[in-house]
Amino acid sequence: MWEQIRANQIRSAFVMIFMGLLLIAVGFVIGLYFLGTAAGGIVIALIVWGILNLVALFQGDNILLSLGKARKVNKEEFPRLYNIVEEMTIASGLPRMPDVYIIDDPAPNAFATGRKPEKAAIAVTSGLLQKLNRDELQGVVAHELGHIKNRDTLLMAIGGILLGTIVLLSYFASRMLFFGGASRGGRRSGGGSGGGGAQLIIIIIGIVLMILAPIAARLLYFALSRKREYLADASAALYTRYPEGLASALEKIAGTPTQLQAANNATAPMYIVNPFRKAGQAASNLSSTHPPISDRVRVLRSMGGASFADYDAAYRNVRGSRGGVVPRGALGLTGDAPVRPPSTETEPVTQTEAARAREVSDALWKTNKYQTVECECGAKLRVPPGTSLSQVKCPRCGTTHPV
Amino acid sequence: MDLWIWIVIGVVVILAISFISTYNGLVRARNQVKNAWAQIDVQLKRRYDLVPNLVETVKGYARHERETFEMVTKARNLAQQLTSAGAGERGRVESELSSALGRLLAVAENYPELKANQNFLALQEELTSTENKISFARQYYNDAVLRLNNRTQEFPSNIVASMTGFKAAEYFETTLEAERQAPRVSF
Repeated sequence: MWEQIRANQIRSAFVMIFMGLLLIAVGFVIGLYFLGTAAGGIVIALIVWGILNLVALFQGDNILLSLGKARKVNKEEFPRLYNIVEEMTIASGLPRMPDVYIIDDPAPNAFATGRKPEKAAIAVTSGLLQKLNRDELQGVVAHELGHIKNRDTLLMAIGGILLGTIVLLSYFASRMLFFGGASRGGRRSGGGSGGGGAQLIIIIIGIVLMILAPIAARLLYFALSRKREYLADASAALYTRYPEGLASALEKIAGTPTQLQAANNATAPMYIVNPFRKAGQAASNLSSTHPPISDRVRVLRSMGGASFADYDAAYRNVRGSRGGVVPRGALGLTGDAPVRPPSTETEPVTQTEAARAREVSDALWKTNKYQTVECECGAKLRVPPGTSLSQVKCPRCGTTHPV
Repeated sequence: MDLWIWIVIGVVVILAISFISTYNGLVRARNQVKNAWAQIDVQLKRRYDLVPNLVETVKGYARHERETFEMVTKARNLAQQLTSAGAGERGRVESELSSALGRLLAVAENYPELKANQNFLALQEELTSTENKISFARQYYNDAVLRLNNRTQEFPSNIVASMTGFKAAEYFETTLEAERQAPRVSF
């Protein structure tokens, strides 16, 4: 049923075609410069692409998991996580429960991988397990399973290989152009007396293409990734019937300043939250792999129910865009999906570093006999002892409080 | 004359193709309902297995709660007897078991030693998760039923459905009353 999502991703297909064209263009230029024939270059580009594809086909998932330093776990070690993955497998209707991996890292994050739902895996960091309660963890796992169900893992794998090929080819080609360009076929065949000016222009265009192609490919890849994050959020809301779980998980993850150690540029788009995000950054630019967390949270929080249609409406509302994010074919696939009540399982009692620091500073102010006024906006105002003021104004929201 | 024959053949071919694809769509929808039902069944059976264990563990610490134990055991046995009943009937019986279990776990709240017991904690996690799995499986099942029923009622697939004997499936509902009584297995 939800497979229809795939069929409707015209935009994603467009991006893929564009990346493919970019690869052919790179091959074209390489052929022109080093072989004297454009077709030869294109063939080389396709061969390199084919080899990378084969490598990925045979052990793509293993590479990604080992790059992320993940280890496989069973039910005895992590019963709660395992159960939650099982629950979400049932809710999403996946044919097989994905393998569960743990990454020993205090930074909370998660990712999913696998070309087919039958061979999928999901990895979460130990930091995520510590910081999130059951509903939040469920939201994150549902988001990752949404990626698997919507075939994003496959799409990102194909896109990643295209990107890798383009980066690899233009890297070596530009090295050779700068340092060993003497063997250029183009010069040998066409380099007589005349046409020097035209050739120079071609060379310059070639160099510019070699520099721009990997950047353009990366931007396309990231654009692909951003759109897919919203769709996975919509799936998570539908599976859990509880958008607030994912929303508050995203907030918790965003509020943690630690960065993931084992992430790199190639694997970044796979995580639930961009692992290279700097604390407090809400950049919504072309070079980010993920949409801004604040937007994702706002969309989730303004949902009326938990169905795809509810997410789509909330997305249009928050983003002020006419185009939705859920493909039209998928909107009518579920009936009304009322939001369920939260699970009453207690919060994990582990205290974050920030909370501990706040407690210490509270105690220090108190020993110095400062009066503390708590404002509705969350700010704490410290009033020195023996003040002559009868009221203070909150510097953040502007309300006045009696002392 | 020739032209008319071709037009008739063309119409027949188009009708046949659309009949086949509609029929296959109906079969897919019905299989999805069946699979989803099997998933619910697995989880309900899992819960029957968990209940005696849980009762035994709680009994060790809370001997005076005999009434609650009896209620849970009775609800479980009744549910187990009706495993071949339809979705509607089963939903009612299972929701009674849910609410009985909810009461048992609420009772457990009063015994701090019980709450510190490792065995109980493991059972508790299992039961929480099984309850969740039942409700997620129900969610998926009901969505599948909705899609099948839409197809058996919407035009033109309803024609194919009635010709080939597809019937609307029954939703798996837990009664509202029991839903309200059963605290979503809370600890």
